[in-house]
Amino acid sequence: MVDFVGLYNYWIVVFLMMAGLYVVIEHGNLVKKMVGLTVFQAAVFVLYITLGKVRDGTAPIVAEGIEIYSNPLPHVLILTAIVVGVATLALGLALVVRIREAYGTIEEDEIGDQDGPAI
Amino acid sequence: MTAHLPALQVVLTLLAAPACILVRGRDLAFLLALSTTWAAFAVSCLLLDQVLTTGTISYELGGWAAPFGIEYRVDALNAFVLLIVSGIGAVVLPFTPRSLLIEMVGEKAYLFYCAFLLCLTGLLGVAITGDAFNLFVFLEISSLASCILISLGPHRRALTAAFQYLVVGTIGATFIVIGIGLIYGATGTLNMNDIAERLPATGYNRTVIAAFAFLIVGAAIKLALFPLHFWLPKAYTYAPSTVSAFLAATATKVGVYVLIRFLFTVFGVEFSFEVLPTALPLMVLAVLAMFVASTIAIFQDSVKRMLAYSSVAQIGYMVLGLSLVTVDGLTASVVHLFNHALMKGALFLAIGCIAYRQASFRIEDFAGMGRRMPWTMAAFTAGGLSLIGIPLTAGFISKWYLILAALAADEPLIAALIVISSLLAVIYIWRVVEAAYFREPPPGAPTGEAPAALLVPTWLLIALNVYFGIETSLPVGVAEHAARALMGAGP
Repeated sequence: MVDFVGLYNYWIVVFLMMAGLYVVIEHGNLVKKMVGLTVFQAAVFVLYITLGKVRDGTAPIVAEGIEIYSNPLPHVLILTAIVVGVATLALGLALVVRIREAYGTIEEDEIGDQDGPAI
Repeated sequence: MTAHLPALQVVLTLLAAPACILVRGRDLAFLLALSTTWAAFAVSCLLLDQVLTTGTISYELGGWAAPFGIEYRVDALNAFVLLIVSGIGAVVLPFTPRSLLIEMVGEKAYLFYCAFLLCLTGLLGVAITGDAFNLFVFLEISSLASCILISLGPHRRALTAAFQYLVVGTIGATFIVIGIGLIYGATGTLNMNDIAERLPATGYNRTVIAAFAFLIVGAAIKLALFPLHFWLPKAYTYAPSTVSAFLAATATKVGVYVLIRFLFTVFGVEFSFEVLPTALPLMVLAVLAMFVASTIAIFQDSVKRMLAYSSVAQIGYMVLGLSLVTVDGLTASVVHLFNHALMKGALFLAIGCIAYRQASFRIEDFAGMGRRMPWTMAAFTAGGLSLIGIPLTAGFISKWYLILAALAADEPLIAALIVISSLLAVIYIWRVVEAAYFREPPPGAPTGEAPAALLVPTWLLIALNVYFGIETSLPVGVAEHAARALMGAGP
C-alpha cells in the first residue's frame, strides 16, 4: 500500500498518458485531437522528470552544502522534448487552420463527407 | 578532413536548410539544395568506403567522449542506409523544379527546398547517430518536415493526410521516447552501445521489457508495419509525386533501420528473440502485410494509392527477412531495403511524369497511356517488373535472397508464401499495364511526353534497377557484412 501511494507520480503519468491518447482517438474535432496529443506528450515529460528526482535532492548547483542533488540529465532531455512538442503543436494547429479554410469545418466526419472517391 | 565526415553528413544539409530561406530566389534555393544534397551523397559514399576498408567509425561530437557525449557510430548497416537516403535525395531533387509541385507553390518554392533539406537531415541523423535520445530528436525533425511536404499536395485532402501523419507519427515517436526513458531508468545511459553492454546486468526486469514493447511498437508505427500502416496510403496518395517518391524510398526504410538497430544492437539477439518470443509475431504480421496489403492494392482504382499499399506489402518482406533471425535473413532484409528504394522511387517518379500531363491517377484514365506517354509508361512497366521480381531486375535479387534465407532457416512454407504473394503483385501491376497498352486512348486525352528533366531521373532509377539486378556485389556484399556484425556471435 505504501508503495502504491509512494509511486503516485507514476500513476499520474499513466492516467495523463491514457487520457491524452483516448482524446486523440475518440474526438473528431481536430483541435481537441491536438489537445489530447499535447497531454499525451506532457505525460512523458512528467515521467522523465520523475526519473531524475532523487529523494531529499536539491537542484544540481555546485555550491557548498549541496551534496545530494537531482539528476539534471532528464531535465535537459525534456527541455529538448518540450521544444519538439511545441513545434508539433504549432504545425498541427497551422494545418488545422488550412483545413478549416479548405473545408469550412474542423470536424473529422464532416470533412470525410465532403470529398468524392480517391483521385 | 575525412575525420569529420560523420558530422558533415548531417551538418551540411542542416545548415543549408535555413540558408535556402535566406537566399529567397527560387532558382538560387534550388541550386543550393541540389549542391548540398549531392555533397551529402558524396559524403555518404566516402563514409561507406571508409567503413568497408577500416571498420566501424566512432565520432565524438564536440569532442565529448562517449558515453557522456553524443557519439556518431557508423558501421556497415547505417553507412548503407545513409547511402540509400542521400542517394535517393540526390536523384529525386533534380526532378522537382519541373514538377507540378513547384508550379503550385510558385515563388515560395524556397520553403519547399528548406523542408526537403530538413527532412533529409532528420533521416540521415536517425541513421547515423549512436545516441538513443538523439535518434528521437532526428526522427521528429524528419517527421515534422515530411508532414509539411505531404501537405503541399495538389488536392485539399493532402491537408487531412498530413494532419493524420502528424498525429500518428507523433504518437509513434512518443512511444519511442517513453521506451528510451524507461531504458535510461534501468541502465542510466543513452549511448546505444553502452545500453547494450549494461542491459544484461539489469536481469531483464519488467522495466526493460516495458521499454522493449514501447520501442518496438513505436518503431512499427514509424515503418508502417501492418496493422499500424493506416496512415501511409493516405499520405503517399495525396502528397506531391516528388515527395511520395522521396518518402516511399527513404522514410519507411529508416523506420526499418530503427527496428533492426533496436532489436539486434541495443537489446541484442539473445534478449529480443530468446528471452522474449519476438520473432513469431513479427513473422506473422509480415506475412499478413504481404497478403492483405497486396490484396487491397489489387482493388484500388487510383494507381498512386495502389503503389502506396504495395509499399506496405513490401515492408512486410523486409520485416519477414529479419524475423528469421539468421545472417541470411538479415542480408535479404537489407538488400530489399536497398532494392525497394530503387523500384518504389522509380515508380513514384513515373507517376510524377504522368502528373505533369493529367491530374487523375485513376486506372481508367491510364487508357492508352502507352501511346500517349511511351517513355514514361515504359519506365513504369520496368519498375513494375522489378516490383514483381522478374529476373534481371533488382526485385528478383531481393526475392531470391529472401527465399534462400527462408529455405535455409527450414521454413519452406514461408518461401512458398513469398512466391504466392509476388503473384499478387503481378495482378495489380498488370491492371495498369493492360489499361495503358491494350486500351484505346479516349478522344481528347492529354498526349505528349514529359520533359527530359522529369524523364532523366526516372530512367536513371530504372537503369539502376537493371544494373543492380545483374551486378549484385555492392548491395549483397554490404548487406552480408552488416548482417554478420548484427548477429555477432549469434547463430
